[in-house]
Amino acid sequence: MSQNTPDKDDQSSTNKKAISLPISRVRLIMKSSPDVSCINQDALFLTTKATELFVQHLAVASFNNGPGKETNSLCYTDLANAAEETETFHFLTDILPKKIFARDYLQSLEQMQENDNDDDPDF
Amino acid sequence: MAERPEDLNLPNAVITRIIKEALPDGVNVSKEARRAISQAASVFVLYATSCANNFAMKAKRKTLNAADVLAAMEEMEFERFLEPLREALEAAAVKHILYKKGQKGKKEVSEQKRKDKEKKTDSENDKSREEEEEEEEEEERMEEEPEAENDGEEEEVEN
Repeated sequence: MSQNTPDKDDQSSTNKKAISLPISRVRLIMKSSPDVSCINQDALFLTTKATELFVQHLAVASFNNGPGKETNSLCYTDLANAAEETETFHFLTDILPKKIFARDYLQSLEQMQENDNDDDPDF
Repeated sequence: MAERPEDLNLPNAVITRIIKEALPDGVNVSKEARRAISQAASVFVLYATSCANNFAMKAKRKTLNAADVLAAMEEMEFERFLEPLREALEAAAVKHILYKKGQKGKKEVSEQKRKDKEKKTDSENDKSREEEEEEEEEEERMEEEPEAENDGEEEEVEN
């Protein structure tokens, strides 16, 4: 039989067990989207749960894809690769850009400027 | 509304814990990777919200509901999340909305009956009902692995 806690505590503890991310924060992020007016409780719950599943999925997929298995590590490059190579993660390419060396970037910048010089005499 | 940009981040400690639980033991996750996953999660929420909102607008509703979110998952090609999401929603509903919503109640009652049946057939491992409910989350994960009990086969067939 249950030897514990009044109902209020019970509810919050079951909530915690079902999902670990804070629902209030997820609601805040959802509401930051301008078109959204109201979100019902179930939708909020599902989005929070889905976000947890997504975090797991992204971590596992990147780890399995990458070279980290031998070194037992997960690094940024693995994530950037996963974003580029896996179709369902394509929406992440903007915030998980592949890293390039500064010298490569400067080189490509120079090239672009050379091209621009034709149109833009100030530069 | 969010006043600072940090307000749109998810808590690092929780994200870190979820990542660690998902990966094999002892995997080292770089700080940069954790930050990136956390940001990716925020973007995921926005993307899902925007997809779900499209479905709500099509149906001329102002309030996002569970069906919109599930439809959004399908649209985003995260079908793999649908089943665990439905299970989580049912588990949550069984726990505390059982008496609030009559319509949904039917589903939950039949779900409850099914569980009760399973428990009867499984009388040897007669844990208290509450314990089992608390462990539901873990059981969901474990269902993928073959279970030593007789129940294992039945559950797979039903699913």
